[in-house]
Amino acid sequence: MEMPKPDPFVLSSKARIVAGLRTLLPADAVIDDALETKAYECDGLAAYRCTPLAVVLPRTTDEVAAVLKFCHAMNVPVVPRGSGTSLAGGAMPTADCVVLGVGRMNAVLDTDYDNRLIRVQTGRTNLSVTGAVEQDGFFYAPDPSSQLACAIAGNIAMNSGGAHCLKYGVTTNNLLGVKLVLMDGTVMDIGGGHLDAPGLDLLGIICGSEGQLGVVTEATLRILAKPEGARPILLGFDANEVAGACVSDIIKAGILPVAIEFMDRPCIRTCEEYAHAGYPDCEALLIVEVEGSPAEIDEQLAHIKTIAARHNPTAMRESTSEDETKRIWLGRKSAFSAIGRIADYMCLDGTIPVSSLPFVLRRIAELGDVYGLKVANVFHAGDGNMHPLIMFDANKAGDLEKCEALGADILRLCVEVGGCLTGEHGVGVEKRDLMGAQFNPDDMEAQLRVKDVFDPKWLLNPAKVFPLDVTASRRSAA
Amino acid sequence: MVRPSTEEELSEIIRGANGPLHIRGGGTRALRRVAGEVLETGGLSGISLYEPGALTLVVKAGTPLAEVDTALAAERQRLAFEVPDLRGLLGRAGASTIGGVVATNASGPRRIQGCACRDNLIGVRLVDGAGIILKNGGRVMKNVTGYDLVKLMAGAQGTLGVLTEVAFKLQAVPEAEATVVLPVADSAAAVAMLSRALGSPYDLSGAAYDGRVLLRVEGMAGSVAYRSAALSALIGGDIVTAADSAAIWAGIRDVAAFAGRVGAIWRVSVKPTDGPVLLAALGAHVDRVMDWGGGLVWLLVPGGDDAVRIRGLVNRLGGHATLMRGPADVPAFHPETAPIAALSQALRAQFDPRGILNPGLMGGDVAPASPTTVTS
Repeated sequence: MEMPKPDPFVLSSKARIVAGLRTLLPADAVIDDALETKAYECDGLAAYRCTPLAVVLPRTTDEVAAVLKFCHAMNVPVVPRGSGTSLAGGAMPTADCVVLGVGRMNAVLDTDYDNRLIRVQTGRTNLSVTGAVEQDGFFYAPDPSSQLACAIAGNIAMNSGGAHCLKYGVTTNNLLGVKLVLMDGTVMDIGGGHLDAPGLDLLGIICGSEGQLGVVTEATLRILAKPEGARPILLGFDANEVAGACVSDIIKAGILPVAIEFMDRPCIRTCEEYAHAGYPDCEALLIVEVEGSPAEIDEQLAHIKTIAARHNPTAMRESTSEDETKRIWLGRKSAFSAIGRIADYMCLDGTIPVSSLPFVLRRIAELGDVYGLKVANVFHAGDGNMHPLIMFDANKAGDLEKCEALGADILRLCVEVGGCLTGEHGVGVEKRDLMGAQFNPDDMEAQLRVKDVFDPKWLLNPAKVFPLDVTASRRSAA
Repeated sequence: MVRPSTEEELSEIIRGANGPLHIRGGGTRALRRVAGEVLETGGLSGISLYEPGALTLVVKAGTPLAEVDTALAAERQRLAFEVPDLRGLLGRAGASTIGGVVATNASGPRRIQGCACRDNLIGVRLVDGAGIILKNGGRVMKNVTGYDLVKLMAGAQGTLGVLTEVAFKLQAVPEAEATVVLPVADSAAAVAMLSRALGSPYDLSGAAYDGRVLLRVEGMAGSVAYRSAALSALIGGDIVTAADSAAIWAGIRDVAAFAGRVGAIWRVSVKPTDGPVLLAALGAHVDRVMDWGGGLVWLLVPGGDDAVRIRGLVNRLGGHATLMRGPADVPAFHPETAPIAALSQALRAQFDPRGILNPGLMGGDVAPASPTTVTS
C-alpha cells in the first residue's frame, strides 16, 4: 500500500506543532508520546499501519475548530477518526498528520420523541444511540456489524449501512442535520429537525465523503418507533442460483422484509461452529426477517414460505423464540469473527445488481481457484451488497499480495456487471487505486472539484478515496 | 429553443452556448422563469433499463413521468416517493418529465418513511456547465464509492448540470392501504395526534392534516387491517380503504385544496411540532394543509404580502419557506446562511464556471456577468 511521502517540513516542525496544539486544548487532549500515538497507528484495516505525528482528542466543537484552523495555517494534514473501526483504512494516519479523534464527544444533546429525532455528539457509538432511546420504544435504524464500537462520526463519513438497511435505508437516509467544521475552522449547521432544505443538498454530499470535506461534531438523527416484534426464517437451498432467484421473487412480491441475508456453504459451516445457531447444512442459506405484530409476522412469513416452496428449499425453519432469533443473528453478525478464528481474511464490500448474483458467485469461486485461495460469501442479498471474505495466511510470504490481487479482481467483476466497488464500507486507502475501474477521469475530476470547494488546501484526510497520482498536484500545492 | 436528442448533442450545445440557458423538462415545476435560451430535455427520452426483479429503473431524463408510471404499474411497481403533481397548484399545463422531478427533489407524503426522491435516486448522468458528460452512482441499491454527487444533483434545479439519465430503486405496490380519518379543529391537537401515531409501532406511510387527521398504512391485507384498527383505537376516527384512501393521499400530495384559489402559496418545512406554532403566529386568515407529520406546512395567504413575516418566523423556528406561487419580487427560495451560501456558490462555480445553467433560479447566488430577469 503506497502512501504519500510525509512532508519533511511538517515532520521537522513537530515540536512547534505540538506546542501550538497544547495552547488550544487541555493537556490531556494532546498526545505526542511515541508509545501512546502508536495506539492510533491503524483502524480496522490492520494490515496497514503508520504512527501519526500527534493525536488530539477535543471535547467541544470549538476545540475542533481551533485545531483545524491551526493545522490549516500550519499546512498540517488532519485525519479525522471516530472509533477507528473502518475496514477500508479511512482513519489510517500518515506520519505527518494530526489524528483528530472525536471519541470524547459522545453526549446526547437532545431527545425529541414528538419529532422523532435525537441530536448527539458524533463520538457516540451507533449502538448507544439506540441505547439512549430504546427504553421509550425507539431505535436508530442503521446497524453496521461493528455497531457496538463504531462511532456516528465514522458512520456519517462512510455512509454506513447494515443488515436492516433493506427497509430503513443507510446512514444518509436517516441523517437530518449536522454541525460541520471546515478545515479552515468555519463552523456551520446544515439541516436540523426539518426535512429537505431547498438549495444544494450539502448534507447529501457530506454523508459518505470519508472525512475529506469537514469534521462533523454533532448530528441530528431520525429515530423510529420500535416494531412490536421481529422474527427471521431460515431458508436453505442446494444451489446459490436458486437462493438468488428466491430473493428476487420475495422482493418482487411486495413483501418488505427488514433484512435478507445470504451465506454460502463455507460461511454457513464456519458460523455454525462458532455460534451454534442451528443453521442447516446446505449450499446457500437465506435469513429473511420480517417485523410487526405476531399476526403480521405470521402473515408475512406464510407468504415468504409459499414463495420459497416454489424453489424447493432443502430447509425452511422459522424462529420460534426470542432466544432462537438472537442466535440466528449472532451467527450472521459474527461471520467476520468466525472466519477470523480459522484464517486471516480480507472483507470485500462490492455491490452488484441482484440479478447478477448467481453469475458473480460462480466467477468468484473460479477466481478463488485461480489464486488458490478460499472465499466465503456473506452478504445483504436484498440490496446486492456482497461481502466476500477472502481467507489467507498473513504469515505466509506473498499470501497477502495474492489476496489483494484476488480482491481487486472480484471488485472489478462487480463493476463489470453494473455494480460498484463498495456498498457500505467506503473506499479509504483499500480501494483507492481501483477507483479508475468505476470512474473515468472526468467523473473523478468532478468529485475532486467538490473537495476543492470544501478543503482548497487538500489537508483533510488527503491520501484517501482517490488514486494518489490523480490527486498529486492538488496535494502538493498545499 | 434548442432540443438535443443525444447526450453528445447536449454537450455540444452547452459548449457552444454564449449566454444563459433556461433548462426545461415539462415546465410543470420550475418556480421562476430564467431569462435565456430555452433548452428542452424532451428529446432525451425512453426507458434504458427496467429490471422488476431487482426493483431497478434507469430512464432518460426527458421521459414523461406518465410513461414511467405506466411502465411500472404494468409490473405492480412504483416510485416510492409519490411524485406531487403541481400543475393545479401552479396553474401549469404540460407533462412532467422525470428529470424535472429529480431536479426539484419532488417528494410526496411517503417522505416520512425516508422516501424523498433523493433517497430513491441511485444514479445520474448529466452534462455540466462546461459541456462535460459526467456520471455518478449507478444502478445498485447501495453505493458509497466516491462522493455522493447523486444527492447533490437531486434538487439542484439544473444549476450544476443538465440531467440526461436517472436511476431509481423502486417499490412493489403493496397489497392494501387504509387511512384513519378523524376531523380535528385545532392544528396543535392534530399534530399531537400525528406525533402519537408516528411514535407508535404501526409504521405509517402517511401522516397529514387538512382539518382532518389522516393516517395511512400500507402492506399486506391482514397487516393493514390490524394496524388501521390499532390506530383508530389509539386516536379515534373512521377507516377508509383502497381507492378512497388513495384519493385522499393524491389530494394531500398535490395540495389539491389550494388549486385554483387566489393568494400566495408557501411551502414551509419545519420540525413537526413547530408547524402549529407557525400557524398560530400567522393567524386565522391563512389556510393550511400539513403533511409529513405536521412538518411540511402548505400555506395559502390571501393578501400575499406576508413574506417577511413568514420568513422571519421560520428563521426563528428553524426551517425554510419556499414561495411556490406569489409576488415576483419575493425570492422563491429561502435565503441561506452565509457559510451555506458560500459553499453552494463555490460548488456552482465548479460545475458551471460560466454561470449559464438556470442562473439565478435558486435565488441569491446569481453568477457574475450573467444578469437575469426573473418573472413568475
